[in-house]
Amino acid sequence: MGWLAALLTQILHLALVLAAAPLVVGGIRWLKARMMGRQGPHPLQPLRDLAKLLRKRPVLAETASWVSRAAPYLGAAAALAALALVPSFARGMAFAPLGDLVVIAGLLALGRVAMALAGLDAGTAFGGLGAAREMSFAAIAEPAFLLAVLSFAILAGTTGLEPIGALFQEGSLGLRVSLGLALVALLAVAVAENARIPVDNPATHLELTMVHEAMLLEASGRHLALWEAASALRLTLWLALLSAIFFPFGTAPAGFAPLGWLLGIGAWVGKMALLCLALAAFENAIAKMRVFRVPEFLGTALLLGLLGALLLFLSTRLA
Amino acid sequence: MSFGSLPYDIAHLLGGAVLLMSFVLLYQRRLEAVIGAFAVQGALLAAAAFWQGFAQGAPHLYVTALLAFGAKALLIPLALRIALRRLGLHRTVETALGVGPSLLAAIALVGLSVLVVLPATAGQAQALTRENLALALSVVLLGMLMMIARRNAISQLIGLLSLENGLILAAIGVQGMPLVVELSTAALVLMLALVAGIFVFLLRDRLATLDTGDLARQRGEGEAP
Amino acid sequence: MVEPLLPGGEPAILLARVPPRIPAVLTALLLTLGALGLLALAAVPLARFAWGAAVVHGGVLAAALALAGLGLAGLLAGAMPPAALPLSVPTQVAVDALSAWFLLVVGLAATCSALFALAHGARLAPRLLAAYPLFLAGMALALVAADGFTLLLGFEAMSLASWVLVAADHAQAENRRAARLYLAIAVFGGICLVPAFGLLAGVAGDISFAAIRAAPPAGWTAAAVLALVVAGGGAKAGLVPLHGWLPLAHPAAPSHVSALMSGGMTKVSVYVLARVLLDLCGPAQPLWWGVPLLVLGAGSAVLGALRANLETDGKTLLACSTIENIGLICMGLGLAAAFRAADLGVLAALAAGAALLHALHHALFKSLLFLGMGEVLHAAASRHLDRLGGLIHAMPWTAGAVLVGVGAAASLPPLSGFASEWLLLQALLAAWRVQDLAFQVLGVAAVAAAALAAALAAAAMVRLFGLAFLGRPRTPRAAGAQDGPWLARAALLLPAGLTVILGLLPGPMLDLAQGAVQVLVPLGMAERGGMLAVRVGDGGARYLPLAIAALLAAMAALAWWVAKRRAPASVRGPAWDCGFMPPPPHLPFGDPATQPSAAGFGQPLRRMLGGTLLAAREAVAMPPPGDPSPARLTASFADPADGWLLAPLARARDALAARAERLRGLSLGAWLMLPFATLVALLALAAWVGG
Repeated sequence: MGWLAALLTQILHLALVLAAAPLVVGGIRWLKARMMGRQGPHPLQPLRDLAKLLRKRPVLAETASWVSRAAPYLGAAAALAALALVPSFARGMAFAPLGDLVVIAGLLALGRVAMALAGLDAGTAFGGLGAAREMSFAAIAEPAFLLAVLSFAILAGTTGLEPIGALFQEGSLGLRVSLGLALVALLAVAVAENARIPVDNPATHLELTMVHEAMLLEASGRHLALWEAASALRLTLWLALLSAIFFPFGTAPAGFAPLGWLLGIGAWVGKMALLCLALAAFENAIAKMRVFRVPEFLGTALLLGLLGALLLFLSTRLA
Repeated sequence: MSFGSLPYDIAHLLGGAVLLMSFVLLYQRRLEAVIGAFAVQGALLAAAAFWQGFAQGAPHLYVTALLAFGAKALLIPLALRIALRRLGLHRTVETALGVGPSLLAAIALVGLSVLVVLPATAGQAQALTRENLALALSVVLLGMLMMIARRNAISQLIGLLSLENGLILAAIGVQGMPLVVELSTAALVLMLALVAGIFVFLLRDRLATLDTGDLARQRGEGEAP
Repeated sequence: MVEPLLPGGEPAILLARVPPRIPAVLTALLLTLGALGLLALAAVPLARFAWGAAVVHGGVLAAALALAGLGLAGLLAGAMPPAALPLSVPTQVAVDALSAWFLLVVGLAATCSALFALAHGARLAPRLLAAYPLFLAGMALALVAADGFTLLLGFEAMSLASWVLVAADHAQAENRRAARLYLAIAVFGGICLVPAFGLLAGVAGDISFAAIRAAPPAGWTAAAVLALVVAGGGAKAGLVPLHGWLPLAHPAAPSHVSALMSGGMTKVSVYVLARVLLDLCGPAQPLWWGVPLLVLGAGSAVLGALRANLETDGKTLLACSTIENIGLICMGLGLAAAFRAADLGVLAALAAGAALLHALHHALFKSLLFLGMGEVLHAAASRHLDRLGGLIHAMPWTAGAVLVGVGAAASLPPLSGFASEWLLLQALLAAWRVQDLAFQVLGVAAVAAAALAAALAAAAMVRLFGLAFLGRPRTPRAAGAQDGPWLARAALLLPAGLTVILGLLPGPMLDLAQGAVQVLVPLGMAERGGMLAVRVGDGGARYLPLAIAALLAAMAALAWWVAKRRAPASVRGPAWDCGFMPPPPHLPFGDPATQPSAAGFGQPLRRMLGGTLLAAREAVAMPPPGDPSPARLTASFADPADGWLLAPLARARDALAARAERLRGLSLGAWLMLPFATLVALLALAAWVGG
């Protein structure tokens, strides 16, 4: 019975996040437009775009190899696999034992490498430029992420996502500066990983300022659809990760509990909507920074993670 | 008091936020943003003082909070902004030490102050006081770092003021600290601020620059340009 | 503190320790060593014949397989008592679990290397043919030694034989320079290790390992041994700051030798570090015992990975990546020593297990990558990244195998590099459990360094694969490349397959390494995750590679099903390239220079980190307006260690005097700095005294 509930939770979770991913992207776009006083595209527009792209005939560059064809599937699979491990509305999912933060970082790296290789495959100038920048920025974002993970590991004694979420939900930790710093660091990493303003502009059409989009210039048809889906899934993943760690309120406990699940789904949708709103407001309030300011930005996130761990030693030593 | 109790948590959070603003001060490149960050730090300090007054049941801390808010969050930033506008300064911060290295140095300084305060106060004071001391010492050191790492007189002045914020943070954390000490500290540093302000204007008049690096040429040892 | 056994009673491996097979393993080992020696002697006359090289390489292949098999047998059979070598001086050999583990590592690396040599076995000079079996024999002898003399004998034989191989192509000046530096470092390693064993032997003068274990060093002797062994072993392993020879020497050797040097020889040096510092010096060493290895390892990891992003030569890039991986292994060993001193047995076993597993994984994927670059060098006649490109079309087998190695070196799940990296990160993330504030802070910095190194390595590997195998050919030779013969493909597919399998099965491999871990951490009980998982303690984090791989496959299948269901077949067209024109017919691959170059791909990291860490410089030479010639980007860097090693002391003295003179003319900021620095120094003193 227990495993059945776990499996059911997992399937529901997958369905939920798959439905949420295009809505998150479309919702943020719509909110941003509304805040700027524009009408904005319909929130479901990304879904329509995906459906359209899937029907189109992909055109591969003559110089492209099988890497261009295989990488989109790998990228989407990595994002989806990582998202399957991050709890949304309930604990005790079938894949919960796999949900480790370091593993999630590894899966994200897998998706990133797949995308960088796809960008390099056709041998064009912009693809290589985007790949070089993406990998270089990740070189600083990854340690920042792991330092934030260190703070959780010190508090929870593990890097497992579920124990961390359960501990934070219990609330015995209180408010902690280190957690705040870890949150700031994670936010900066999330912004960089998802190619959002101020690090990158998801709506840019100027190749020289692109990071993420520059690698996808040669993709078309279903390959482009898969890349777009992967980036939507990654954005959903980061928002879900933030809400699973920092705002685990309302998450249903493990086991078969339809009412708790309903409440959990409601709470999760609410949290995700709030995070989308915050992201949209943030993006509207800030301008894109120069590419070579990005290392400084991410370096600051890294240092904040470091500071968080230091302050955690301070407070754990006091008790 | 320890983690999980609300008074401790809030005080801890506010102290940490003051320290975080010290980092923001070091990170910002534009003078206006530096002044804004300083104002936020002042407001946070006032909130910390207010909360300590509430938690310790010490009403005189409310006065401190009010003073800090009025001076640090409103008056001084306003004055600095006016000075900035009147002087028509070009508004990027001139750094003697780059942003990255100065942030790295800042982290090292925080680590150092943790390493100093924890053994030094072991078994002598409450957890909150000890933590506050570590945070306050970090803020003081970061203020000094800012004075060294920035070449512009206004940034250096803000460094000095944020250093003083650290002193106040240390003072409000200790239970039973009389108001007198705080007032005198605050007054002393305000005096310093005044001196520095005059210094800014004189510098501007005489040298037509706010770069203190140029003062070295005025010592009379070398050739005047 | 003895950690409790896991529930379920005696694990299977303890039951499998059957004593009667003991002499057989040692006898076979000695026979293999003897055979290698004879092969080296026979190589000189054999070199005259066309088939001579094939005989020697085939013999080495058989010996390497035997060594790997013996290592496996030794791991399954358990420790055996030392036996005397048939020499006039008293020498001893023994195979305990640690030796057996490293025999397995070196044996596997040597198997791949010999297979490749067999495939590309042209006629070689007699000295090269003779040095190759000696090289392997030296490594094996160092691994099975049971006294200091035998260890040094094997170690030096390994160094000298590999020096001959590094100097293979001595017609070129840069190779001669590399060989000279290599010899100097090898001699330096020996100079450090000999007195270290002298100190370990003490007044009794008995350098057998059993005697040293019985009387471990203490006090200043221990500190001196630590310094000497870290310097000597670290120099041969490529630890910062003595890593300067590695990026020169490894590329200079023939490719199969580079693979064996990177995959095998550096592991022998790691073995010496582990054997002497963790085993022979005993478990009673203080907490700081592991700190030098941890700090130097972290420095090597970051510096090596960063340098790999700036090098433009494929094999040099791989050599720099070796520095990084050796750094990671040493971090694991240092952490194990620290945990052991702090009575954290489970964590010490975790760290030691991570180090041993990473040694095995690195040996395989680095051999694979070096052999792949060797194949590229054969086919495209260059190993310079700016002269390759598009090889995936011409060399699909090589590209596929190298892609596996690249993924493992970039520590991507579910390949082998990620498994050991995960274990190491988990050990680092638990460093705060040591109740010492300074060590905790160091641990935080080490986490950042390890993560930075891993991400930098991923960037370097993407750069290697992207520039060499993807895109368009940059030279005609690269366009006309071909895969090697079947035997050479097998030499690539063997390590590639092992990399995948080991990545999926880290749990059983950790079980296999259990005995070796217990040699390093006697009181530590390694966590056994069983078939499917590796994990940290009870209720700690877990990594289930098979499940992750299955999940990835399922998700890829889902994506494939969604995308392919109603999709039309793809067509080929000219690259879009933001509307730039397709190339004219006389340039079938387009203008090769419109692709990212090796220097260009490294530009972001050169600007971000290279300037501060590696003194990187770049300059753009713009033609004057109206001149149609292209702008040129020149980029360079200087490893600080090189200058540090070669800088004469006199120059430092002069600089010091000049600086003291300059104190008079300080600026206001600098004057402020002086009291501030004094204050900080005093505070640091207070922290040191008070803490």
